[in-house]
Formats: sequence, structure tokens, C-alpha cells
Amino acid sequence: MRTIADLLSEHRFFADLDAADRDVLAGCGRNVAVEAGTVMMREGQHADVFWAIRSGRVRVGITHPTRGLLDLETLEDGDILGWSWLLPPHRWHFDAVTDSPVHAVAFDATCLRAKCQLDPRLGFALVQRFARVLDERLVAARLRLLDLYGDPVHR
Amino acid sequence: MAIPSTADPRVAALLPLSQRVVWRRDEAPGVVSFALDGDALERPPQPGQFDMLYAFAVGEIPVSVSGTPDDGGLLVHTVRDVGAVSRALCALHRGDAVGVRGPYGVGWDVEGARGQDVVVVGGGIGLAPLRPVILQVLRRRAEFGRLCVVVGARTPQDLLFGAEVPAWRLDGAEVRRTVDRGSTGWDEGVGVVTQELGRVAVDGPHTVAMICGPEVMMRATATALLDRGVAASRIRVSLERNMQCGVGLCGHCQVGPYLVCRDGPVLSWDVAEPLLRVREL
Repeated sequence: MRTIADLLSEHRFFADLDAADRDVLAGCGRNVAVEAGTVMMREGQHADVFWAIRSGRVRVGITHPTRGLLDLETLEDGDILGWSWLLPPHRWHFDAVTDSPVHAVAFDATCLRAKCQLDPRLGFALVQRFARVLDERLVAARLRLLDLYGDPVHR
Repeated sequence: MAIPSTADPRVAALLPLSQRVVWRRDEAPGVVSFALDGDALERPPQPGQFDMLYAFAVGEIPVSVSGTPDDGGLLVHTVRDVGAVSRALCALHRGDAVGVRGPYGVGWDVEGARGQDVVVVGGGIGLAPLRPVILQVLRRRAEFGRLCVVVGARTPQDLLFGAEVPAWRLDGAEVRRTVDRGSTGWDEGVGVVTQELGRVAVDGPHTVAMICGPEVMMRATATALLDRGVAASRIRVSLERNMQCGVGLCGHCQVGPYLVCRDGPVLSWDVAEPLLRVREL
């Protein structure tokens, strides 16, 4: 049977971590299967978890009263869902809804923060990886602001 | 002064052939494909080359070939309505005449990718010149490694060749599509092509990449591929410049020491990247 640490070793977010560090983080994780259409995050609610998506697709967006979920981005295999657990006040900025059945490793944020405080080196390694994710998403958001595929005459 | 003879191949290369539209189809709002037959088929283009298309009494513009005769017996171009000439071309109907001269320029060098994984990244109308690559690799599937096609567009409605994508997937291509803004019923990606590329397995040393789209998108994509271990010389991009003569005479499309119509439009990233960093170019 594959352990949580095994699953993490196959996930691109954790793949280059030391095996010992993955074992420590695995202690805060559990394997989850989520049905399509499930709300995984709700804007404003307490952020006490993050997910390492192993398969499936999640839509992240803002819910409009009449238009439903307005997609900001989709996340898939190998992606990380949720970083608000890392920063006070630990509240989700956006909604996230599964678009298909999703398999993920869900991490307990309280457990993780405690381990990171005990071992700042591990904490730094984890924060570095989250910074990389934030960097990628910030760059992507800025590229989309440019409306690159819009009308070249009026852009 | 002697009038140049049309028997001179240098002159003949500049003369448009009048061709008839066999079919036309709306690909997306403001984007039309149309197929031509006739004499132009006797000079079959390579994927990535372009023709100069002449909308009679309006003007002439360069348009990449989006379907070669190998793909269905006809010559196909896909045009986005962004100006007077492209608008006239988009308004063509079956039986209308259009002037064609070409093909011109250097294409994608599909032959040079034999035995390699092929990553194709097309943004917006940039997918059009890549379509012949996709069709050729799928037609000669055993000669290439994996084929991954990453497509970006503004909205789902703006995606090109959507009706063909199921067949591409069925024939073995991994096709990932993403849009800047999703809409109801859209069940593929929302984001940018570099994010989709990050989810694709890329075997850097054994990959050839072909990219076409807005320059900022090509730059970001090429950088992402470099980070994945694909050498700059194996990343090809298609540049768009003010091509007028098509044969390297007028100099309007000069970029540094290169004339895009003659030396491009496809250039490898090690050649293109330094040029794209120069503001004046």
C-alpha cells in the first residue's frame, strides 16, 4: 500500500524535498477523494487546510449572486490548492469547486504550522515552494491582464 | 526600359494567381478559414510558410497557411479581421476570387523534429500556422514521439479548430486548451498556456517545440520551455512583422540582420530571443 509520503514523492510540488522532510509533512496529510461539484473552499471561511491535487480539476473563482462561479483559474494534477492557511487571518479569498472527481492529499494547516515552527528549515523549504506557486500565478494573472489575445488594433 | 518578362521566375514569383474560394467557414468571431484550389496547389507550401493574399481592389497581406494540400487536397488560410484587407478576405464567399502568391519564407521544419517529442503551443490566431504541423505529425504518427498541443485563447468562443480537437485527441495528441475567461459550459482550463505547459511531461533533451502567438506569450512560453530543459535551438517561434514583398526585396520586415519574409517567419529561439529584446526592432 502506498503511503502519504509515497504520494507526495510523485507530486511535483514535493518531489524535490528531502525524503525525511516529506515524511514529516506526510504526518499532517491524508488521502482524500472528492466528488465532482463539491465546494472545497468558500470565500471568507476559515482556511485550515490545503490540497495537493493528484488528479481531477478544480475551478477557483468568485461567486456572483446571479452568474454563479466566475472562474479565475483551473487547477489540476500536480497543482496546489489553497495558500490562505499560511498567512493570518487564515481566511479563503476565493471559492473552489471540483469540476470532476478529485484525488488529493489534504493537509491539516494547524499541524503543518506547528511542525514548521518546530523546524524553521522545513518551514522555509515549504514557504519557498509556496512562493514559487504564488510567483507562477502572479505572472499568469499579469499576463492575462494584458489581454494578449484581444483586438490588436484597440489593445 | 525593358519590361520584365513574366517568364523570368523572379518576376513570376511576384505575380498573384487568381484563385477561387472552394469553401469558407467561420472559426470564431472575426476569424474565417477559406480553402482554395487551382494553380496555387502546384506550389505546395511547407507548414509555417505564408502566402501573400490579395483582396482585389483592397490590398495584400501575408497570411500563414493553415492547411496544406496534403491535409485535404486544398490550400487553406485562416484570417482574423483586424484591418481593411483582412476584413475583405473574411468577407469572401464560395466562388469569390482571391490573389495568391507564394509560398514564402521558412517553415517549422517538421522533418527536423522526426524521432522527437513535439510540443506545439498556439495562442489565439497563432494556432492557425501550427495546424499543418499537428496534422502532419498525426498523419505520420510513428515517425515522431509524443505530440502535445497547448492552446490558449481569450474565451472558449475564440478557440480555433474546436471541431477538430476530438479527432486530434483520438489520433494520439495530448491537447490542453485554456482561456483567459471561462464561460458557462466550458470544462477545460482557465489560465495561461505556461500554466498548462507546467502540467505536461516534457522530456527536455528529446523535445522540439513550436510556438506561435503574441510575442509576449511566445517569450513566456519559450522561457518556460527553457526551464524544462528544452534547448533554445530546439524552440521555434513564428514572428510577425510588416511583410510586404514576401521575397526579401523591400526590407519592411527587417529585424536586425534578418528579413522575416525570407529568413523567417519561423526562427529558432536562440536567434529570435536577442532580437525581441531590442526595443527598436
